[in-house]
Amino acid sequence: MVTRREFLKGAGIAIGGMALGGGIVAGIGSMAHPSTKEKHHFKELPEYNKALMFFTPTEHAVIEAAAERIFPKDENGPGAKELLVSYYIDHQLAGAWGNGSKEYRQGPFYPGEPTQGYQGHLNKQQIFRLGIEALQNEAKKRFNQSFTSLEGSQQDEILQAFEKGEVEIKGVSSSYFFSLLRSATLEGVYADPLYGGNRNMEGWRMKKFPGHQMSFADIIDKDEFVVIEPQSLHSQHHK
Amino acid sequence: MAKELKKTDVVLVGMGWTGGILAAELSKKGYKVVGLERGANRTLADFQMMHDELRFAHRFEMMQDLSQETITFRNNMKMRALPMRQYGSFLLGNNVGGAGTHWNGQTFRFLPYDFEIYTKTVERYGKSKIPEDMTLQDWGITYEEFEKYYDMFEKTIGVSGDETPLGAPRSNPFPTPPMKKTPALELFFEAAKKLNLHPYMMPSANLSENYTNPDNISRPACQYCGFCERFGCEYAAKADPLNTVIPVALNTGNFELRTHANVVKILHQDGKAVGVKYIDTITREEYIQPAEVVGITSYALNNVRLLLISKMGKPYDPNTGTGVVGKNYCYQTFGASAQGFFENKQFNLYAGAGALGACLDDFNGDNFDHSDLNFLHGANISITQTGRRPIANNATPPGTPSWGAEFKKQSIKYANSVLSVGAQGASLPYRHHYLDLDPTYKDAFGLPLLRITFDFEEQDRQLVAYLGEQTEKIMKEMGADIIQAGKTLGPYNIVPYQSTHNTGGAIMGSSPETSVLNNYLQMWDFENVFIPGASAFPHNSGYNPTDTVGALAYRAAEGIDLYLQKGGLLV
Ligand SMILES: Cc1cc2nc3c(=O)[nH]c(=O)nc-3n(C[C@H](O)[C@H](O)[C@H](O)COP(=O)(O)OP(=O)(O)OC[C@H]3O[C@@H](n4cnc5c(N)ncnc54)[C@H](O)[C@@H]3O)c2cc1C
Ligand code: SF4
Repeated sequence: MVTRREFLKGAGIAIGGMALGGGIVAGIGSMAHPSTKEKHHFKELPEYNKALMFFTPTEHAVIEAAAERIFPKDENGPGAKELLVSYYIDHQLAGAWGNGSKEYRQGPFYPGEPTQGYQGHLNKQQIFRLGIEALQNEAKKRFNQSFTSLEGSQQDEILQAFEKGEVEIKGVSSSYFFSLLRSATLEGVYADPLYGGNRNMEGWRMKKFPGHQMSFADIIDKDEFVVIEPQSLHSQHHK
Repeated sequence: MAKELKKTDVVLVGMGWTGGILAAELSKKGYKVVGLERGANRTLADFQMMHDELRFAHRFEMMQDLSQETITFRNNMKMRALPMRQYGSFLLGNNVGGAGTHWNGQTFRFLPYDFEIYTKTVERYGKSKIPEDMTLQDWGITYEEFEKYYDMFEKTIGVSGDETPLGAPRSNPFPTPPMKKTPALELFFEAAKKLNLHPYMMPSANLSENYTNPDNISRPACQYCGFCERFGCEYAAKADPLNTVIPVALNTGNFELRTHANVVKILHQDGKAVGVKYIDTITREEYIQPAEVVGITSYALNNVRLLLISKMGKPYDPNTGTGVVGKNYCYQTFGASAQGFFENKQFNLYAGAGALGACLDDFNGDNFDHSDLNFLHGANISITQTGRRPIANNATPPGTPSWGAEFKKQSIKYANSVLSVGAQGASLPYRHHYLDLDPTYKDAFGLPLLRITFDFEEQDRQLVAYLGEQTEKIMKEMGADIIQAGKTLGPYNIVPYQSTHNTGGAIMGSSPETSVLNNYLQMWDFENVFIPGASAFPHNSGYNPTDTVGALAYRAAEGIDLYLQKGGLLV
């Protein structure tokens, strides 16, 4: 366990003083990627994270394709697929979030007004299963193909219909499923890589977000924009 | 059968800001104090993995577990109230430290106008200015009488701030100087000055420099780490009951902290409380803790719920306007804002602190003439730099789709080039906004949930329209290339986060006919029960509540000491 004293010392901050180490903002003014050595090291390991806890392989393929339409690869950098967002979503669904274990789940259930928030009895695991099935059905109905074999623009057409709530899903609105899929995609792009997405912090780099840093005390009032090489929580834990 | 424990001088229900302050003040005076907290204890070592946006900001790791307990909500009395099944509008604290661990630290005093709002409004504009169903009332104490308690709380937590000509007058300067002024805040300052307004640095409980408080507790300066609100501070730079009042209480040897102790009822007999009943959430065993004095310090909403469950005080009836418990529930009126997109400028927006900001009070309280306006009170207008964490912040210029190629491009382009000026509007009481017990839904122990009946009114819509104009003017002056202004307000919606500033329901005042508490936060009907908290506010001002909440706790501590010496109603 790291004590606060060690923590502050590690950050170059003297307790009771303000001696900031220069190391904290190494990489200022550059878009430096991790040292090639580290990159190389990680490349050699298999990505154990790329396996499924919840989805079937087919379900996973649908989510991977849909997430890529929500956050596509472009000149800024990788899209959801390369960032492993679909694995992030799979892993999240397998746990507390997917089970709704911290939500109030007692009945009776009534539809309620939009101002009263989600009132369904289905948890996120169930909603994703139903949503994926509906994406497939819609692909079949409109284009007589599987969702994953459609052109990007055809997938967009279907996702737009979901977003507008135009597709019937038993037990939940398609717009609610879409909003969950959209927010989970953004989470997978930008959450700490410890959750399995945001591969190699490339999501953060696109936004120039430096992730977990000990201190910004010496740049907070500076005029120029400072690019800092990101760090994940791995750096805080791993010694 | 509940096990009865040894009697103590004071028992406290909940160990957040108000519980922590009472524990420190009364144990220092030599009273034996027991603090009951339904959650676990926390130490700085628990904060090592704090910079995790997903876990703390989006999965609400530090907050009350809604599967165990929540509230129900409806906009009006004709609707069926339904449970808040997932987090949204406000986030409830849990564990030792309460919401005081994961707050921002924006630490404002209310205005002298607030404490005498009814009298001063009638004096200046006449009775007819107050809408018929607005249940505005004075607080039963003046700002002058109350000022010293602000001073006590601010010295304990070490507020960093700046003098302002339009805010509440101070007997002492701020304990520490203001936080660092960033380029974004500088833009706000310059723009406001050009518009002849009076900007100042936001008073902050994230320390601007190392500070030792009157209890001899030392804390280091803020590192602007950008993971502040919704997170605990791993440096102890942000004031938290855990790094201020609770260690002081524990040090006296007179304070016993009991965690996993969920209080289910205040026990009383012949108009006096005799103690509380609680359930150990791990063993499920029931205990009775007898006490001379009960301090209800379980956050505004739970304070009211415990009174109603324990059948203490007369419940408020919105049909007749009689009764007091549950009356004058208020919130905070956000919505007036201007978001500005800058084409050729990037700010270091990933850096920030919960209370790093600049603000002004030219349109707050009664600092401006309301004769020709269709609303009362106003808002503090501010810009803050709290750390633009990437999951939550994906602003795009108006007209951009919310997903897909264009969304990605724009949200990345403006990630560090978008600033926002917002207004934190006062929330005034209405006859039909109130708290009571839900007839249907129960918590994990089988007790009824609290029901909130609340909506925004024409007052709020007018306030937002007027304040929205002001924020837009400031943003224009700041030089944004694209501006998206918020000037309209729909119905109150429990889904988007707004603020954890729930107020009222067990209000203070000068008469038992119209209030639950006197100005020592002592219950009129139960002289040995004291309830400091935002539940005591007769209305909510155009500021964050906790400076006033903390000050009320110092006032209540003085009251409990007086009561334990001489007994009886103190007013
Ligand atoms: C994200 C966030 C940001 C905020 N930012 C600001 C800000 O910048 N400025 C500001 O002024 N305010 C802010 N607030 C509000 C501030 O946190 C509260 O006003 C303050 O903590 C209230 O103090 P309290 O003692 O009444 O309640 P809390 O601090 O919440 O403490 C209540 C405690 O009681 C316990 N409890 C509840 N019921 C029971 C029971 N039945 N038995 C035993 N224990 C119980 C809870 O677990 C909790 O620990 C913010 C709040 C949040 C959530
Ligand atoms: S911003 Fe400052 S006060 Fe807030 S958590 Fe970080 S170091 Fe602490």
